[in-house]
Amino acid sequence: MASLTLVRRIAARPAIVFDALVTPEGITSWWGPDEGPVLIAEADARVGGNFRVRFRIRDGSEHECSGQYLEVAKPDRLVMSWRWLGGEEDPGESRLEFQLRPVPEGTELTLTHADLANEESQSGHAGGWSGALDKLVGRFATT
Amino acid sequence: MVNYQAKLDRTFAALGDATRRSILARLEREEAATVSELATRFTIKLPAVLKHLGVLEKAGLITRSKAGRTVTVRLRPESMRDAANWLSRYERFWSAGLDRLAGYAEAKEAAKRNKEKG
Repeated sequence: MASLTLVRRIAARPAIVFDALVTPEGITSWWGPDEGPVLIAEADARVGGNFRVRFRIRDGSEHECSGQYLEVAKPDRLVMSWRWLGGEEDPGESRLEFQLRPVPEGTELTLTHADLANEESQSGHAGGWSGALDKLVGRFATT
Repeated sequence: MVNYQAKLDRTFAALGDATRRSILARLEREEAATVSELATRFTIKLPAVLKHLGVLEKAGLITRSKAGRTVTVRLRPESMRDAANWLSRYERFWSAGLDRLAGYAEAKEAAKRNKEKG
């Protein structure tokens, strides 16, 4: 049941925002919690295609997530499955949705990261997903 | 850590029910309520109320204290806070990314407009 929704207004047309979500160049420019670099950005943005993103954060640790595109409707809507890679346990899968709505100044982007409790309940172990995320967020939580 | 995860599981499971969320909302407004008050308020039978309260108590979201024949229920906010903190980690993750996404897309938009003008 746990989910997270964020809304942003962006002064760019929806098609440009959409490309920033699905092209390797776009993903490389913004993905991750801090200014650490994106090391791998693979995105096969069609239904059934996969994405994989690996990034380094400020403390030097690297993290990787991947998933499959479930809905690809440029420039309105993008849905993908999401999981963290690299833990010892299967961390479980959550769901990521981007909804883009044209507004006078450009685009209203709504991000929904849903089914987070799924992911949490399937991890249930130190060392696994939550350890990685703890480490990941530990750096920027205090900034 | 394992205990913490199991606790979060229970918290989210407990929150996944409309009646239980209403009970929590009521307790948040009024600090405390007796079991019979809750049963009257939510027009559900006492055994059902007790079952919901059992789930909430197991998740650490409420405490029950007994004085004579009256059981008083109170909110215990710590578990709720843990769940909220866990969600906010994701919020921080995406929030920072979306700021950079906006910067990138806005630069692309400006470049495209310049090109269209020229």
